[in-house]
Amino acid sequence: MRYLPLTDADRRDMLSVIGVEGVDALFADVPQSARLSGPVDLPRRAGELEVERRLGAMAARNVTAGSAPFFCGAGAYRHHVPSTVDHLIQRSEYLTSYTPYQPEISQGTLQALYEFQTQVANLLGMEVANASMYDGSTATAEAVMMATRVTRRKKAVLSGGLHPQYVHTTETLAHVAGVRTERLTPAIDAEAAVIEAIDPDTACVVVQTPNVFGTATDVSAIAEAAHRAGALLIVVVTEAVSLGLLKAPGAMGADIVAAEGQSIGNPLTFGGPYVGLFACTDKLVRQMPGRLAGETVDADGRRGFVLTLSTREQHIRRDKATSNICTNSGLCALAFTIHMSLLGETGLRRMARINHAQAKKARDALAAVPGVEILTPRFFNEFAVQLPRPAEGVVDALAARGVLAGVPYSRLEPGVMDDVLLVAATETTTDEDIEALRSGLAEVTA
Amino acid sequence: MRFTKSHEWVELHDDGAATVGITRYAADQLGDVVFVETPEVGKTVSKGDTFAVVESVKAASDVYSPVSGEVIEANPELSSQPEMVNADAQGTGWFARLRLSAADAELGELMTPEDYDAYIASL
Amino acid sequence: MSMLNVGRPTAPEALPDNDYKHPTLTGGRGLLQDEALIFEMGAWDKTGVDLDEVDLDLSDLGGLTRDEAIGLPGLSEPEAMRHYVRLSQKNHAIDLAIYPLGSCTMKHNPRLNERMARLPGFADVHPLQPQSTVQGALQLMDSLAHWLKTLTGMPAVALSPKAGAHGELCGLLAIRAAHEAKGQGHRKTVLVPTSAHGTNPATAAFVGYRVKEVAQTADGRVDVADLAGKLGPDTAAIMVTNPNTCGLFERDVVEIARLTHEAGAYFYADGANFNAIVGRVRPGDLGVDAMHINLHKTFSTPHGGGGPGAGPVVLSEALAPFAPAPWVVSDGQGGFRLEEREAGEAAQAFGRMCVFHGQMGMYVRALSYMLSHGSDGLRQVAEDAVLNANYLKARLETEMTAAFPEGPCMHEALFDDRWLDGTGITTLDVAKALIDEGFHPMTMYFPLVVRGAMLIEPTETEPRAELDRFAEALLALARAAKAGELERFKGAPYHAPLRRLDETRAARQPKLRWRPESPTALAAE
Repeated sequence: MRYLPLTDADRRDMLSVIGVEGVDALFADVPQSARLSGPVDLPRRAGELEVERRLGAMAARNVTAGSAPFFCGAGAYRHHVPSTVDHLIQRSEYLTSYTPYQPEISQGTLQALYEFQTQVANLLGMEVANASMYDGSTATAEAVMMATRVTRRKKAVLSGGLHPQYVHTTETLAHVAGVRTERLTPAIDAEAAVIEAIDPDTACVVVQTPNVFGTATDVSAIAEAAHRAGALLIVVVTEAVSLGLLKAPGAMGADIVAAEGQSIGNPLTFGGPYVGLFACTDKLVRQMPGRLAGETVDADGRRGFVLTLSTREQHIRRDKATSNICTNSGLCALAFTIHMSLLGETGLRRMARINHAQAKKARDALAAVPGVEILTPRFFNEFAVQLPRPAEGVVDALAARGVLAGVPYSRLEPGVMDDVLLVAATETTTDEDIEALRSGLAEVTA
Repeated sequence: MRFTKSHEWVELHDDGAATVGITRYAADQLGDVVFVETPEVGKTVSKGDTFAVVESVKAASDVYSPVSGEVIEANPELSSQPEMVNADAQGTGWFARLRLSAADAELGELMTPEDYDAYIASL
Repeated sequence: MSMLNVGRPTAPEALPDNDYKHPTLTGGRGLLQDEALIFEMGAWDKTGVDLDEVDLDLSDLGGLTRDEAIGLPGLSEPEAMRHYVRLSQKNHAIDLAIYPLGSCTMKHNPRLNERMARLPGFADVHPLQPQSTVQGALQLMDSLAHWLKTLTGMPAVALSPKAGAHGELCGLLAIRAAHEAKGQGHRKTVLVPTSAHGTNPATAAFVGYRVKEVAQTADGRVDVADLAGKLGPDTAAIMVTNPNTCGLFERDVVEIARLTHEAGAYFYADGANFNAIVGRVRPGDLGVDAMHINLHKTFSTPHGGGGPGAGPVVLSEALAPFAPAPWVVSDGQGGFRLEEREAGEAAQAFGRMCVFHGQMGMYVRALSYMLSHGSDGLRQVAEDAVLNANYLKARLETEMTAAFPEGPCMHEALFDDRWLDGTGITTLDVAKALIDEGFHPMTMYFPLVVRGAMLIEPTETEPRAELDRFAEALLALARAAKAGELERFKGAPYHAPLRRLDETRAARQPKLRWRPESPTALAAE
């Protein structure tokens, strides 16, 4: 087998060094009844070519986003990633290294994480960011847990504009932690209802902007109301590119920001792996979950980086840790950092503007389709439209015509707003794509 | 000054308040202290409660209150200078001042300096 | 003949002093470049991506536009390439040398897996496309599920957890939901052996359980008598790693499972060490109710400098109804459906671990690895992993003290620091000295139950020559330690990109991001 270097001669010699007859002797502690006498009932080994054939056949059954006019978003966005990014993250030293527990021989990973933390903090307008979380949804759930630790309160108000699967992920965790969640009614401008839901028991309010319907909101007033009540404001961002055009959460009074970083550097990959961005104010840093890289010096006084404040983490605090989180999303964070370094502020702003421009073109095109109503007045690169018929059927009909038209809201929350479709456009969206969507939609809704 | 087996100390003052901290021995065992979470002023603690956390680079330890009472002051210097615990654990590296609620009963149960020295010598 | 001799010399001259060392002018050392942060080298107006400036009417965004500077420097493509290549050269990697981190299973990462994950049919597919357009993706998830269930002998699997610890969380949430459904919600204690990974107690506490520790016997296994005494009507579950973190198989595992079930509790197995038994032992045959599988350990998906991982959880019949959304349902005729709603059959699902469907990119890599090995190759994986660990144990025992010398170990060999007694040298010093020899150190100071622990896991992908090279280096270091060569150890590493780092300073005055006014950052330039 190509991944196994030992020869039979090696094995025999090594067994004799160990002083046992055969390899079975090394499994002597396994109860006899649990030892399998031969291979389990699965296919036998296969060469590269054969594996490529089998997996290639599965891959070929999927319609790729790049092969069709494509408008899906709802928390995962198709952006162009420079070739340099994928080349660099496949370098052995990044791909095949472990968590940087030995800093003297992990400075590459550690310095990249330090750059990542700084980029994320600046992008979100916050004071400090960690070395990443699994994804935006788990980051959101962790942010709520963190807010309950900070405030010692047990209630979280979730805006009706928060992605329903983020709501569900958060509720799952909150339920076992004894944290009450009050989720407000989904609505295009759901943020308007948040302030009146804040009460003296509220640990935090969770507001997404742009929200799941695409609505961009100034959350400053919500921040003020939350702070007056002694609660924290958690801002959720699922489209990181929006921050190249829209005001940063930190500038609007966010205490914690949980965001999805997939848009920068990472392909869609059917939903994962992605990279959660997590940032907060300096004074909350000791309650923050996840790994942190920090600057220090070595024995010769040279600057270097280490994982720090690790006493918050599970391997030290065990049952008193801030979270059970162990890994971060290292390689996806590296992809984010390299892509962001290539973009720089100039590139990010340009990219954001192109996204916004293409989305507006799509909006204008769809507004002209009879029976279709644009629901989101103020958006970045995604907006909701109301269709004359249930959106799932429309999307399926358009898929049959070779157009991936967007995400029906009911896909995120079955049975709710059946006729609402979420439509996203990015710099990868062409004017021809938009025309294909317009004409297709006109046909199937006629 | 009186001591506990879990390496805290308490010193009663004339005004009925008491200062508490961790012992020199504990500080040495922890190594470089990098962070101290002192208790909130106004908090009421019972003897044996976790009332502070002290962290070195690789370990975080709960600190148990050697006495019962109300926290009236927390050492404001420790947040910016945790190294004071290493430098002077039983002096300027104090953690908090408490107004004791059961001084007479509780102080008698604690170790004298001689007892504590003998105790750590036995460890 | 002409005697032209103005060319360069072709052989090295004898050096005046072989010990001559000087700090270089650039801070670099030969091929190893000193490298600044992007914030010290990039420019605010530079970009390495060619994008057009578009005219926009932003009036509809009102006051929501970002007008102030963001603080993101840009690099041209050649600068970015060079920066991240230079940084990469400061990392150790599996592809350089043995990476024997116990408990981490640092095996070879096949590049076929990387190529498969990058097929546009997997990489360029949106999680919420119509299901008719992602049948191949669902088929892949179904195939992976089939392999995982067959290899573990378990009837169900939840694929979505994003890492081992996330899998533990998923398993405990299923256990909690199962107890609640049976009216046993009062069970609030989880028993965890003292040798467990830190994530076990952290996860149990995170879901609101009290953690009670179970003692260990002198031979490094769970103390069954102690366990039996602690199991009770309030016990929700036990969490046992098997093989355990001492690298030993829990001989009494069947009895542990029986006692646990008799007490009305569930058996959670931490599958971090599954590599030792894959293809040879099915956890389902041992009485396990739930076990996470770190795809980034046993099934070779890359560790990537700390993630992303993937931690699917296999579940017993009793726990299967509580598995979280979503999962794939096969129609038996090549068609697949993603069950995302908690209704009908899925009514008892405990909730959702994350948005979308989990770590698809890792599923592809893991399945690519499984198909490559096949059922016969995976069995060989476990055998060679265990053989390599026992070989290192046998070789190193001549100078070092094995924590549990009696009997074979499984996939990792555990040593303590008794062999260093009286030398003044610690486990940490040995680890740092190994760095100078070009190796990544073993896991140190874990498990906590062994003094000065050194946990060595070579994995099956190490050739014998590399095992010998590592063993000889470590044996030579052991002899040097015993001979009192303190300087070699106390100052190590001398040859790494940096010397030992001041972690106290990092924690006392945390600097967690670059700031323009930072005096140290400027001084370092």
